[in-house]
This record gives sequence, C-alpha cells and structure tokens, in this order.
Amino acid sequence: MQPPSAPSELGDQAGLSGELSVSRGVRLPRFGRVERAVHWANATLFLFLIITGFSLYGAPGFRYLTHRGTVKFLHLWVGYALPIPVLLTIAIRAGAPLRDDFRRVSRWTADDSRWWRKRTRPAANVGKFNPGQKLNTVFIGACLVVFPVTGTAMRWANIFPLWMRRGADFTHSWFAIAVLAITIGHIMMALARPEAMRAILRGDVSDQWAAHEHPRWHAEMIRNTTSSQAENSSDPITASP
Amino acid sequence: MDIPEPNPAHALLPELDVPSKPYGRRAFLGLATLGSLGILIGNREAAVTKATVGKLAKYDPTGLAQELPLNDTRWTIFTVTDGYPSRSHAKYRLAVTGLVDRPLDLSYAELRSRKATHMTKDFQCVTGWRVERVPWVGVLLSDLLHEAGVKPSAKALRLKSFDGEYTESLTMQQAMRPDMLVAYQLEGRDLTREHGGPVRLYAAPMYGYKSIKWLESIEVVDSATSGYWEQRGYDIDAWVGKSNGRDDAAT
Repeated sequence: MQPPSAPSELGDQAGLSGELSVSRGVRLPRFGRVERAVHWANATLFLFLIITGFSLYGAPGFRYLTHRGTVKFLHLWVGYALPIPVLLTIAIRAGAPLRDDFRRVSRWTADDSRWWRKRTRPAANVGKFNPGQKLNTVFIGACLVVFPVTGTAMRWANIFPLWMRRGADFTHSWFAIAVLAITIGHIMMALARPEAMRAILRGDVSDQWAAHEHPRWHAEMIRNTTSSQAENSSDPITASP
Repeated sequence: MDIPEPNPAHALLPELDVPSKPYGRRAFLGLATLGSLGILIGNREAAVTKATVGKLAKYDPTGLAQELPLNDTRWTIFTVTDGYPSRSHAKYRLAVTGLVDRPLDLSYAELRSRKATHMTKDFQCVTGWRVERVPWVGVLLSDLLHEAGVKPSAKALRLKSFDGEYTESLTMQQAMRPDMLVAYQLEGRDLTREHGGPVRLYAAPMYGYKSIKWLESIEVVDSATSGYWEQRGYDIDAWVGKSNGRDDAAT
C-alpha cells in the first residue's frame, strides 16, 4: 500500500480533498477480502474439476491416471461443492460487496455497448466491470448451475433414461470446453495486466488505472471517499482497511 | 461536495442509477436454463453438432479435434474398476475351460499364431456413441471353441476379464456366429490398455458392453448367466437396434 502523495495536506484541507484524491500514487480498494476469497475458492474448485474432468474424459496425457473410481467420486462431490462459496457468501452479511458486484454485473448500460467497439471505447464510461468481465461472470455463474445439474444426470444414469444421459454428457462436455477456453483467456489477460492482477491478489488498484479502465467506478469511489472524509476527516484514502 | 450524501446501500452504487437494462441477469438465467435443459435437448443438439463440427474436425491436421465431445463418433473409454488393468504380452494367457474335450491355455504368441480373421465393422455403445468402420483383427471365437471341442451339453459361455470384476456371457448359438472375434488388434495397432488389450472380445452384432475387455478366460457352461452389465439392468441378448430400448442401425 502506498500512502497518498501528500498525506500532511489531507487533514488541513479535508474540505477540498476532492482535488487531492486524484493525485498520483493514490490507491483505491477494488476487491475486499471476501470477494478475493470467493474468487480464489472458485478458481481452486474449477482447477481441480478441470484436471479430474480431463482424466475422466480420457483426454490425451490423462488416459492412464489410475484410481478412476476415486477420481470419479472426487469429481462428483467437489462438483457439488462448486456453487457453495458463492451461495454461502451472498447469503451472509459479510457478502455485501459480492452482492453489490453481482448487482453491477446484472445491469448493462449504453456505455457497455460503446465499450465493444474500438472506435467508441475511449468514450465508454464503464463502471466497476467492463462488458467482457460481465460476460465472464455471467458464464461462470451459469456454470455453477449447469455442471451440477448435468453431472447429476450423468452420474445417476440408471434413473435418467439414456437419451437424457447423452444430452447431459453432451452439454457437460461442451460447457467444459468453453470453461477451459475462457479460463485460459482469463489467465492470459490477467497476466498481461498487472494492475488488474493486483486487484484480485491484494485488493487495490492505482487511481490512474481506475480512471482509465473504469471511469464511472473511479468517479464513484472518489465521491464515496470524499463524503466519508467529510464525515471523518482523519480517514485518508487507503488501499486496504 | 461538502454535504455528504445519505448512505443507504444503493447510494454506494451510483453506477446503477444510470439507465440500464438487466441483460446480465437475463444472460445468466438464460444460459443456466439452457444448459440445464441440455439434459432434454442435448441429445438432438449432438446430432447437429456431429453434422457440422464433426465434418470440420476431419480437416484438422493436429488430430486434436478428434478429442472434441462430438459424442457419438469417438471412443469413450469405460472401465468398471479403478483404472485400466495391465498385462504384458509375455505374461498374458487365455484359458478355454469347462465343458470342452481339450481345454486350452494359450500364450499371447500362441493366440497370434492361430488363423487371423479381419473384420471392419461399426462399434455401437449402448450409451449412444458409435465409431464407424473400425478395423479389427483376431481369432474367431468359434475357431477357438472348435479347437477345444465343445461337449454336447454346452449351452453358453462365461467370459471373464483380468480386471477381476468384468464378466460377460453369450449363448453357444451366439458364440458360434462368424462375427464374434477374440480380438488383439484395433485400427491397425495392437490393442492398447484402455481399449481392453492385449486381448478382448469383439461381439460385432451386439452393444459394446458385450465386447468384454481384458479377456482372460472363456468357460463353457450349461446355462447362460448374467454378466457385469446385465446385473446392472442391461439386456443379456444385446442385439444392436433390438434391445435396451434402442433403435440403432445394425452394425
């Protein structure tokens, strides 16, 4: 965490800190502890399921993985655990930031449409999440439902008729390929963007990055910070509480 | 700026105050519903995918496209135990016992020295996938039975796998058909472990579960008994297209 560039001035000029908060070196909190924990719990579950799923699918390189019965068992029950971190978090009080994130993701603005085109992107006043991030969240969210549902029909094939099992198998497999492709893209984009990476590792981003990538969210952060400063002038803008 | 705004939960998300449409929510609900309905429509979807993506996949030089879930054109490997059992060619033995005049105990080399029969036929799984025009090489089951000399009281076969679990059965009439093969080659190569190597049965006119993998012994008996899959609800007489409630074309 870097301190604001002129910490001494903050106390003196609390009333004018709107100007100060955009100064260089300021860091804004983007993802709190809860959001980060859910992200990494999700990532761990998905990674485990991708690997065990690969071996069950009989993908090249995974064909001779032994203890198939054990792998099946783990894949099934870890699969049922997949939606739990998200469901649990949005159900509890501390999950408010995640609930807010989902509220943001569920709405699409005219700026989101502008963001898609290279020509209009600079003018797109996107919020905390850009449309790409929204799509990613929407798809992964749907996966939390689709995989357990189709997986159930695959596992208890004696209860479901064969044609349903085939349909489930087909859907499960293609969703898995989509997850794989999207996850690889997701990781590559994260590696190419250290600031975004830092947001999910440590929680904070630079003021300039926020202003450039997520202007509407940036403005909102500045406004919230200045109002909270007006209430409590000793509280500087910090990256993490 | 000087006057702090009231701080209810929504004021923290001014982003939501600008005009917006709930496309994100709809996309989530739609995708989750569509994916779950895949249980009901995926079967039909699979045919469309096979017709489109399947055709394109044939032009993929890397062969990776063959691994795509085109559902009913690629091998899906099943095993009933924890992994694929392994037995080297040197250690492999095939026994033909029971109601026979001359019990056989063949090494892998001895089996390969018998008259080879080539067969190119489809492999149809009861779960729906079908690999077309699969070339098999092996010894006709009837050749082995003739060699052992089946007694008149014999009515059926009990086949066992060296995985210790998998068993199958055939009536003597079925076993004597000219399309029942004790196979050791598949698609031009020695049978691999996951395909049931070194030696498996290929029961051409029947669903794949009859083609017992990792074949170890053939016991000639006086009445048919249920094998592994039959004990789990599949038909004993597993004719392709005429059993298990399916209507696939004959292989």
